[in-house]
Amino acid sequence: MKQENVPQDLSSLGKITKEVCYATDSTGKYVTTLSDGWDVKIKALDVAWEEIQGRIAQAKQKVLNGEASPLLFFMELRLMDTSIVADYTGFWKWQIKRHLKPDVFNKLSEKELEKYAEAFNVKVAELKSMDVHED
Amino acid sequence: MKIDFEHGQAAHCESGVTSNLLKKISNGKITEPLAFGIGAGLFFVYVPLIKINNGPAIAFRSMPGFIFNRTCKSLGIPVVQKKFSSKEKAEAALMESLEAGQPVGAQVGVYYLSYFPKEYRFHFNAHNLIVFGKEGDNYLISDPIMEHATTLTSYELERVRFAKGALAPKGQLYYPGNQMPITDDQIRQAIKNGIKKNAFTMLSIPGPFAGVSGISYTGRKIKTWRDKLGIKTAGLYLAQLVRMQEEIGTGGGGFRYIYAAFLQQANDYLPNADLLKASEMFTQAGDLWRTAAVQAAGIYKGRIGSQDDFNIMGDYLLEIAEIEKKAFTILKNIKW
Repeated sequence: MKQENVPQDLSSLGKITKEVCYATDSTGKYVTTLSDGWDVKIKALDVAWEEIQGRIAQAKQKVLNGEASPLLFFMELRLMDTSIVADYTGFWKWQIKRHLKPDVFNKLSEKELEKYAEAFNVKVAELKSMDVHED
Repeated sequence: MKIDFEHGQAAHCESGVTSNLLKKISNGKITEPLAFGIGAGLFFVYVPLIKINNGPAIAFRSMPGFIFNRTCKSLGIPVVQKKFSSKEKAEAALMESLEAGQPVGAQVGVYYLSYFPKEYRFHFNAHNLIVFGKEGDNYLISDPIMEHATTLTSYELERVRFAKGALAPKGQLYYPGNQMPITDDQIRQAIKNGIKKNAFTMLSIPGPFAGVSGISYTGRKIKTWRDKLGIKTAGLYLAQLVRMQEEIGTGGGGFRYIYAAFLQQANDYLPNADLLKASEMFTQAGDLWRTAAVQAAGIYKGRIGSQDDFNIMGDYLLEIAEIEKKAFTILKNIKW
């Protein structure tokens, strides 16, 4: 890639830091050039997040319908599967699967809820209400 | 407390950290491309049956941790590397090194990395940064992806050092074990080693999933994605491929441009027309990877999506595999 062809499409990373790209100068020698981002990969990231947002919305609806505990919502929100949650909380995977049931979740002790809250970086009240505000 | 250390921005985190940790003892000679090439960083692998973020598991670079280890080893520098079971011990060891004036490389997860934009935070645990001091409760952080040095509170740093999931860092720290100056002869020898190793990993790993055969395997797979997965999921898969190829830390073209830059710099130490020829071929490969990414974007944006479009996409990868195979064969056969 030639230096003058390094794309400069402003991405969400570009607002915070430019990226180093390797490209050739007029003599064919490699130099580093800063890039603001590239439309092709901005869209790739957007597509991934649209998919995730869809999963989060679906999970939320399931919780509201009483088909799952708020745990499901937070797992989608934090992109965690049961094995990552198990690693963060110290629960076994089978325990987490049980806690996905609303009745079981509602009986969890404050201490157990605290573990989940810490893993998801929220407060226990937010964990129960699914009411999280983040920038 | 602040160690005399100069932050340098790089394309890729691990080769950047390696280059920055070796800056003093190499007098700035171990550039990022040299670290990447000596560390035999170029790779391709498609791991079947495993899913990452509900998409295919594809990587364009070697396993995390390899670059620093291989680079130091090839240069004859001992490596200090520690993992921890306890958070307290992990922090104590970090402080001890800092107090001794040693900047320290650390493996971290990016999910809770506070200075990263939210859109980039996935559970990716093989990010690397350098800690070079502490002021109050803030650790001074040199993250090679960032233009400027930054900070993390002790809680924030502990959280990312003990991120969980695949490739969990377990607080891993690493740094060169001595401060002996690096000579040009050492660099020449290390370049030869690095090229040899990379030719091996790209050409000679058995099975269809790794190296250049992994690239053509993926190309053939892509042609089946539309029928097998449906157009939407196939688009998501392609988006994932493009992210692995172009996202922060690759220098563009799935690391192929960094490798082309490495071969040019290798030629400064060991003049050889074959190095320059191979460098041009990797530039060509990088350009083709990017052309393929544009094609993929057409599909995941919904602008195109016929079976022909998937065939064209797959064929790009087959063509790339041919080019990289020829380039590494040239490199493998250099008589030093």
